[in-house]
Amino acid sequence: MLLDPQAQIMVQGITGREASSMVSDMLDYGSRIVAGVTPGKAGQNVQGIPVYDTIAQLREDHCPTVSIISVPAPAVLDAALEAFAGGIKLCLIMTERIPRLDTSKIMVAARQAGCRVIGPNSLGLIRPSVAKLGTIGGRIDNVRKSFTPGSTAVLSRSGGMTTELASFLTSHGIGQSIAIGVGGDPIVGSNFAELVVLLEDDPATQSVVIYGEPGGTAEEDLARALSRRKSRLRINAFLSGRFVDDLEGVRFGHAAVIVEEGRGSVQGKKKALREAGVFVAERFDDILEGLQT
Amino acid sequence: MRLLEHQSRKLLEEFGLRFTDAVVVETADAAAKEAQTLGLPVMIKAQVPFGGRGKAGAVLSADTPEDAASAADQLLGRQLRGVTVTRLSVERKVSFLREFYVGITWDTASKLPVALLGPSGGVDVEQATAQIARQTLDPWTGLACYQGREMAARAGLSGKTLVAVGDVFNRLARAFLDRDAVLAEVNPLVEVAPGQLLGLDAHVEIEDDAAYRQQAQLEPLGEIFTTTTGRKPTSLELEAQRIDSMDHRGVAGRVVEFDGDLALLIGGGGASLTVFDAILHHGGKPANYCEIGGNPTAEKVAALTRLLLSKPEVKRLAVIMNVVNNTRADVIARGVLDGVESAGQKASEIISLFRVPGSWEDEARDIMAAAGVASCGREISLDRCARLVAEGDSPGVT
Repeated sequence: MLLDPQAQIMVQGITGREASSMVSDMLDYGSRIVAGVTPGKAGQNVQGIPVYDTIAQLREDHCPTVSIISVPAPAVLDAALEAFAGGIKLCLIMTERIPRLDTSKIMVAARQAGCRVIGPNSLGLIRPSVAKLGTIGGRIDNVRKSFTPGSTAVLSRSGGMTTELASFLTSHGIGQSIAIGVGGDPIVGSNFAELVVLLEDDPATQSVVIYGEPGGTAEEDLARALSRRKSRLRINAFLSGRFVDDLEGVRFGHAAVIVEEGRGSVQGKKKALREAGVFVAERFDDILEGLQT
Repeated sequence: MRLLEHQSRKLLEEFGLRFTDAVVVETADAAAKEAQTLGLPVMIKAQVPFGGRGKAGAVLSADTPEDAASAADQLLGRQLRGVTVTRLSVERKVSFLREFYVGITWDTASKLPVALLGPSGGVDVEQATAQIARQTLDPWTGLACYQGREMAARAGLSGKTLVAVGDVFNRLARAFLDRDAVLAEVNPLVEVAPGQLLGLDAHVEIEDDAAYRQQAQLEPLGEIFTTTTGRKPTSLELEAQRIDSMDHRGVAGRVVEFDGDLALLIGGGGASLTVFDAILHHGGKPANYCEIGGNPTAEKVAALTRLLLSKPEVKRLAVIMNVVNNTRADVIARGVLDGVESAGQKASEIISLFRVPGSWEDEARDIMAAAGVASCGREISLDRCARLVAEGDSPGVT
């Protein structure tokens, strides 16, 4: 399962603007952050966590296997390569607006290094009451209010909707085994189809709730994978952005949300998922129906 | 960024791809003159940023200079999908043995670029997907000539044609990777003599998020279309862009205007889509789509609020966000109230609903309460909020 509670975590770009509150929120939730890296800032500390110039130096004192990358977009490819060379096996890329070419290069290198990548453009992931990675949920009081342990996994193309969905499920007595913001970009390190395969082997997970959007092919790819190989999991989906179908070529919200020449429409995605046996909620509130039947 | 045809050709020519002779003109006289210089007959093509130009009547042929002038006259100044035609490409018509489709785009499932070769080019290439040869390429190394030849062989090509197609793919892949393209296609690519390939049309799109490292290379191509909305952004949408870019922290912008009376301040990215869908479903009439998120400053939120309220037809404002993670609900509340005040409105009258649960929600609720606005918490779902707002039955105002 993703995010072993014993795993040591490091943060690349730990001295950045948003990183400090993220580190303190994560520590509050019990995540084991051991060190951070910002080239040129060795010797500083962030919330008591030591900062190193390079991962090679950091590894003399610590042995993290999980990394959070929160560096400016032009520096992400380099940071990811450094993480893979440093033995990282789970890498969360939070940075948004990374060119697809860089994401693609990162994924080729990640496969060779045997590293799983979540993101880019992801707020992170959380195993309720175990640990969290990234800014997901925000402040500790909000994290506790929104996420509760249980057997439903939440996979979402939107960071905000990850927490909204989890909070909605929590308020209806449905806990979560894990919640993952897969990232809002057209190409992400781990897409729905890949994560469902992973959850298949997780005994704690019985059902999955997916939040999808217009654009890209993540939902269609999942539908194709499910038609080829049946899943033991009960899979439910809610897709927003029906109105985007009628506004071809206009980009809304996340980088991937655009319908072009009929491709990536919400109606097409819903149809593909339904044909693959997924319960697709028409309205947001209907997602409960699929979980209770 | 979608490049126009003549810009796409120029970019691909830098990588050694060859096209028919063409000249860009802006007047009918110039079209006639260039037609004569190039050699008749010619094709006259409107330079507009979308496909399907042939079907839209934006491509005409001319056998004489007079024909060329009148074709140019027909096209110049015409509105096509909201874009005014100001430039034409005049091209020498060539005869050819056969035509192909060649292109490279992104395959989101494999996370790699994928090269496509269609054994017949032309306008209906989408219909012939079954015969298309595909080959993913390594983003680090590109596509070797031999891989292009392998594709050609799979598409049933042989001899000099096969060798030439291999070379075209090698060059197209270099252009695609070096220029951060999201799409690079030559359609049709024609064979004018055995092994001699010429492009008749090109379409290149460059990734917006790579602008920071492509600007210098793209400069010589002239002005580039940054949106594909199909219509010009309205002044309100442009002003929203300006507000969003006044500070790099967070998003408070990305407005698309609609013609209803309900102003919407919604976010983040996913929830804004969910809420907009739901409001339409429940019969609401939004005045705009927008997106806020990523912890924008109160100043940005205030400026955007004021802008949205500046539309005379707007009667109410709804503020709806998902359970926020890194956005501070209290900052949103303060920004909204400042914006409402600077628009000369009363918060307790104009705000029909305020729902920003999550980090700092208690502080946000107190701020709104002090202004006479009752907030909704997370117990009211996004869908229910949308229904309350759409049906004008909102409990937001105390």
